[in-house]
Amino acid sequence: MPAEDKKRAAHQVLVERVLTGAGKASPEQRARAFRNAGVPPPLQALIGKVATSPAQVTDADFAAAKASGLSEDQLFELVVAAAVGQATRMYDAGLAALAEATGDERPGNAT
Amino acid sequence: MRLEILNSGYRPGTRLLFATIRMFSGRPLPDAAKLVFYRPGFYGAAAKKFTHEAMRGPSAWSVADRELMAAFVSNVNESAFCVGAHTATAGQAYRDRAKVQAVLADLESAPVEHGLQATLRMLGKLTREGKVGAEDMRDVLSAGVSPQQIEDALAVCAAFNTTGRLADAFGFQLLSPEDFEAGARYLLKRGYK
Repeated sequence: MPAEDKKRAAHQVLVERVLTGAGKASPEQRARAFRNAGVPPPLQALIGKVATSPAQVTDADFAAAKASGLSEDQLFELVVAAAVGQATRMYDAGLAALAEATGDERPGNAT
Repeated sequence: MRLEILNSGYRPGTRLLFATIRMFSGRPLPDAAKLVFYRPGFYGAAAKKFTHEAMRGPSAWSVADRELMAAFVSNVNESAFCVGAHTATAGQAYRDRAKVQAVLADLESAPVEHGLQATLRMLGKLTREGKVGAEDMRDVLSAGVSPQQIEDALAVCAAFNTTGRLADAFGFQLLSPEDFEAGARYLLKRGYK
């Protein structure tokens, strides 16, 4: 594998672990957190902030999510999924814009 | 940290490792280092590998340039822990703290090469808005940056948009300036493995 693909390959491994690796939250829950879409209300405030305004996350966001019955391990997984998901969308958007600018027709996305 | 499992939920062997590091370094392990030891098969092992590849793998960008990108992206995200850590690391790598401070204060007037400046501008837009267009990339290319360098910069951006979010969501404890400098020396010696 050429050196330039090693970074994207390593990133792909991270995405796969977070979405489908062994965990306490279901793959469906993790996929929703990753996409920041279709997350149920008690968790939406936390996941939405992780994706779009992480510096605004508060203790109360975690308390509300825990009160909905999620365990700490499930919250760990869902917060990680939300962070990796948002960063992945940025990575994909950047690679797609670069492919367009250089006229490169190879599939350029990180995922 | 906001989840108790990230403070005290580690396996006995890992806790022993933390205690040993604390004993030899005289400093507590930073939360950024602890996080990757929590259930490493879920996140930590793959995250370390990707981050090390982005920050220390082959690239036409220097380690100092990539640490500056990490600090810059973290600054856009207002991620205080990551700004502190990577400002210190970039400053040591360049042997020029003033340059790093100038970039974070005002990219447009900072004394950095044109190509690096254009790359940071694009990473800032991507981080702030979540998207960039082909026109943004043409601006970076016309500043003399190669497509491969742009890909490498996007990997740094992805790594620190992940880490910074986790630092803020989980509530990493800020370190003293001395401890950030010590962490920076470690990152320059060992990387992110």
